[in-house]
Amino acid sequence: MTTQVQMSAEDKALAYPSPLKEFWQGFSYNKGAVMGLVFLAVVVVAALFAPWVAPYNPIDQYRDFMLTPPSWADGGTAKFLLGTDEIGRDMLSRLIYGARLSLLIGLSAVLSSLIPGIILGLLAAFYPKVLGPLIMRVMDVMMALPSLLLAIAIVAILGPSMLNTIIAISVVSLPGYVRLVRASAMTELNRDYVTAARVAGAGTLRLMFVTVLPNCMAPLIVHATMSFSSAILDAAALGFLGMGVQPPSAEWGAMLSSARDYIERAWWVVSWPGLTILLSVLAINLIGDGLRDALDPKLKRAA
Amino acid sequence: MFSFILRRLWLLVPSILGITLLTFGLIRMIPGDPVEVMVGERTLDPALHAAALHRLGLDKPLYLQYLDYAGSLLHGNLGQSLVTRVNVWDEFTTLFPATLELAISAMLFAVVVGLLAGVVAAIKRGSLFDHGVMGLSLTGFSMPIFWLGLLLIMLFSVRLGWTPVSGRIDLAFDIPVRTGLMTVDAWLAEHNDPANFAGAFKDALAHLILPSIALGTIPMAVIARMTRSSMLEVLREDYVRTARAKGLSPARVIFIHTLRNALIPVLTVVGLQVGTLMGGAVLTETIFSWPGIGKWLIDAIQRRDYPVVQNGILMVALLVILVNFIVDILYGIANPRIRHAK
Repeated sequence: MTTQVQMSAEDKALAYPSPLKEFWQGFSYNKGAVMGLVFLAVVVVAALFAPWVAPYNPIDQYRDFMLTPPSWADGGTAKFLLGTDEIGRDMLSRLIYGARLSLLIGLSAVLSSLIPGIILGLLAAFYPKVLGPLIMRVMDVMMALPSLLLAIAIVAILGPSMLNTIIAISVVSLPGYVRLVRASAMTELNRDYVTAARVAGAGTLRLMFVTVLPNCMAPLIVHATMSFSSAILDAAALGFLGMGVQPPSAEWGAMLSSARDYIERAWWVVSWPGLTILLSVLAINLIGDGLRDALDPKLKRAA
Repeated sequence: MFSFILRRLWLLVPSILGITLLTFGLIRMIPGDPVEVMVGERTLDPALHAAALHRLGLDKPLYLQYLDYAGSLLHGNLGQSLVTRVNVWDEFTTLFPATLELAISAMLFAVVVGLLAGVVAAIKRGSLFDHGVMGLSLTGFSMPIFWLGLLLIMLFSVRLGWTPVSGRIDLAFDIPVRTGLMTVDAWLAEHNDPANFAGAFKDALAHLILPSIALGTIPMAVIARMTRSSMLEVLREDYVRTARAKGLSPARVIFIHTLRNALIPVLTVVGLQVGTLMGGAVLTETIFSWPGIGKWLIDAIQRRDYPVVQNGILMVALLVILVNFIVDILYGIANPRIRHAK
């Protein structure tokens, strides 16, 4: 008994690290990814606790303070840290509440394209005779349209709203998931362990979701992260075109679109929403890079 | 080669069929039917309603309606705009050169800057420049281009007054349309009639710069990244070492031996960016009031001009398919292994 304890103490350094620790080692090696994670954490916390963090209600108008510059600029006031917009709403509060919308849209869009994407991709890989090519043809058609244009078309038909933004973005990002899942599942299907499971009598559903799917997770997680960032970007683009979340909701893209008219005299109305979008998207992309390094060393060199 | 092209052409058929099905279905997804949309808020006598549906062939079964639609497309009939009553095809061909000009100039910007930055970053791997290029490319990749466009206007047009804010050319110039490409037309006009059109070409060029940068930034970021990683891969090859060992000049090794082989994956990326470019054109054209396809589609959507939306989207999709087809063929010419793969 005692010898065993001693041995494990001695071998601690040699022991294989726990998967979580190993993952963190790979991830934290990438400094950009850690920075991205910190920034995203701040955004998420601010979004979650928006009513407590934000100094004002995002749709309250302070008519005495219209287009007030940020507090450090000439004419700024300490009341409004980042200034106010054209009808006197606090920019900082709107940005914080906007984070809620963007994160919510991004997350829902990712989930609602990830799940059908996995199912369709697995089906395409498991039934390569008829169903597979059929699914892939349909995906090819969806990919022939520029994604933003397809999203715009869908919103144009369904009408602009937050729910329809989510639907449009998840439809648009579906082909990417299907292709990725199908490709990695097809590689896995040739492996011995799959044959072994099949010989052992595993049914198709079990093969799909228990045997094969967990081994396709690494690239899938990376792709989901990247499509989270592009969902935020697309949602902002739709909002900017007036086809996303409708005013007076504080959506980053919509904020930019109403700021266009003040471009000549109020740089802050134009700068903050765009900068927030850029930094959030950048942070998520950095995290995606870090995840790729940590989860999938094979992909490390890919651009 | 010929059979390769035929094989690729055959692959286009299901895609094109699928696209027409999509644009056909898109319109059917509108709540209510097209007649109700046309009438708008007014109430309609049910008998008149049924008659209108019958006249438009909308009371037939769906598959017959689709066949009608496909048939009219085959006859080159893309329908009429509900607002302007102009043929959709005519509107498309009038506006397309503007988008083409913007896209070409954005792509030129992206390829020239992206390639150069990527090559230098690869040669000076690990240097400050390399880190700078990689950082900038990641930023460019994450950039909301509609914001970039606004920033460019704010800095260069409003603050510095260097470039015009919007449009393709100063309204004072009434340039006769020859090619539809404003820079070319302006140059021709200035060349033929220097008295009336002095400075027209420069003005057209000045209008083109900011939109091109806004539209070209994402492709540039992707190309720079791709060029760098592809260059790094090729630089490791034995034949590059051989070329160096036999005493060729560094420039020759880089540009003749390395870059040429590194270009193949870059070409594919350039092809893939055409779709992104068309999507980006929608945003760029809206910001800079550039009278092209993207702005046309957005305006049509806002006016609920469904024939334009439907067939405008169809045309853009066909365009993207066509460009990808051409890239495929070029790729086959550049790389025999692809041409002969079954």
